[in-house]
Amino acid sequence: MSSYVLTFRNNLVGLAGIVERNVYLTKRYLLWDLAFMVWTIANTLTIVFIARVANLPPAQENRLATELLVGAVIWAFLGIIFEFVTETVAWERWEGTIEYTFMAPISRTMHLFGMAAYAVLYGMIRATILFFAVIAFIGIHVPDANFGAALALLAIASLSFMGIGIMTSVLPLISPEKGAQLGFIAQGLMLVVSGVYYPVSVMPEWMQWISKVSPATYVLRGDRHAIVSGAGMAWGDVWPMLVIAVVATPLGLAIFHRGERYAKRHGKLKRSG
Amino acid sequence: MSTLAAPHSTTVPARRDAAVEVKALRKTFRRRDRSAGRFAKRPWTALDDVTFTIGRGECVAILGQNGSGKSTLVRLLSTLLINDGGEARIFGHDAFREEHTIRTLVNRVSVEASFFKKMSADENLSYAARFYNMTPRQTKAAIPEILAKVGFPLERRGDAMEHLSRGMQQKVALARALLTSPVLLLLDEPTTGLDPRSKLEVQEFIREVRREHDVTILLCTHDMSEAEALADRIGLLDRGRLLFLEPVEDVKRRFGVDTLEEAFFAATGRSYEDDEDRGVIGR
Repeated sequence: MSSYVLTFRNNLVGLAGIVERNVYLTKRYLLWDLAFMVWTIANTLTIVFIARVANLPPAQENRLATELLVGAVIWAFLGIIFEFVTETVAWERWEGTIEYTFMAPISRTMHLFGMAAYAVLYGMIRATILFFAVIAFIGIHVPDANFGAALALLAIASLSFMGIGIMTSVLPLISPEKGAQLGFIAQGLMLVVSGVYYPVSVMPEWMQWISKVSPATYVLRGDRHAIVSGAGMAWGDVWPMLVIAVVATPLGLAIFHRGERYAKRHGKLKRSG
Repeated sequence: MSTLAAPHSTTVPARRDAAVEVKALRKTFRRRDRSAGRFAKRPWTALDDVTFTIGRGECVAILGQNGSGKSTLVRLLSTLLINDGGEARIFGHDAFREEHTIRTLVNRVSVEASFFKKMSADENLSYAARFYNMTPRQTKAAIPEILAKVGFPLERRGDAMEHLSRGMQQKVALARALLTSPVLLLLDEPTTGLDPRSKLEVQEFIREVRREHDVTILLCTHDMSEAEALADRIGLLDRGRLLFLEPVEDVKRRFGVDTLEEAFFAATGRSYEDDEDRGVIGR
């Protein structure tokens, strides 16, 4: 085996270790996961029921409910990816394992990709449960839904969100106290501008400009078309997400690398909590 | 040789017989100084021109007060800090430029057990071993073996770490460090907070590791009797400066004293007991 292949194989074993660890943690916190799932379903229902108060004809009410549901489900999915990646450092700092992870011979890229891989897996399971639980509860009909296109768009959006998540994950590294809070602010800003529950056209023009750099804008638009109208993947939704992924991931890794050097120079790789 | 060797130890051969070479190593932090203003900071030297060498297979103990720079030294050697001056080499590899290689050679046991508290000993070790290229097939046999070696009751290996005693947690920490077969083991207060029996068990295990493995040990401790019992040479780090690093008998001869406590007093002008009473000695 050449040294490059061996290094790659070793990094894959390390990546699998990150996924394995998160599986263990999910098992250990299963009751909390169930509680969050119930809370998320309840929260989504409160949003989707808004379609009922509009007094629309049944077909239009079903369409509005579906659009709200798609927004809530996609935001729940992307929120999980974003939180998992963004809080990579914050969790380890809280558990007290951060120094052991950062002195282990695994590349930071594989470390962060491992977190993202598990987040996609975990987020996909939760999003699927959420989608069908709310559909069953409210009685939404999606006879034309193109689930294949919706899932493919979601997969591409995951790549973009990984990149942005990696960028924000550096915040708790350089500021143990305030970094995690800043990550939440970044996530909140994306929620506002991406048209999760309303079309971006209702926002002021300057906000519409910001929405163009959020990958959530494109996956929400594309998935609504796929679930409501059965549309396939539109290139106009795909290419912006690909561009954001291609720019954000290496940029995120470079920023994280700089942040890690800063933390090591100033002694910020310590446990807290 | 034990069967616990991980694959990495053969892929990165040691380049020299000197395991650790530290020359004029310096590290300064900036700390808040409220007396000088709300946002004012002042430099604080954690390590000041520290120079020493550790031979391959040697066990060296560094004694020192809380804040003397022991943990900073361990963090620098384990790639968790970047130096401000000087250099450190581990088996000839630059600790600050060849980080990945250093990480395959070094492991560490610190005063805090540092585990995922809800996960079991088995799960924590399994996860940690993946970073060192150990596959599930390898760890399935190696984890019970290493846990048994450190005297951990195997029937408790499925229990969450938060339900284990401090002594048991520290044994798992030792097992984690040794599972990956490091050639340099950094022990930072490994027995602090343990009951006397657990302390003796851990010390005996460290001796056993030295007998059975080709491992070099840097032990940072405030326990003078532990340092004397385990180390070939003893150093004293005081306010970031390494005052001496010699065999125990040479230390006693140099200061004309009978005990290490007296040597500490002679070297620093302060009493070891007084510092310990004031909580200055590392805990």
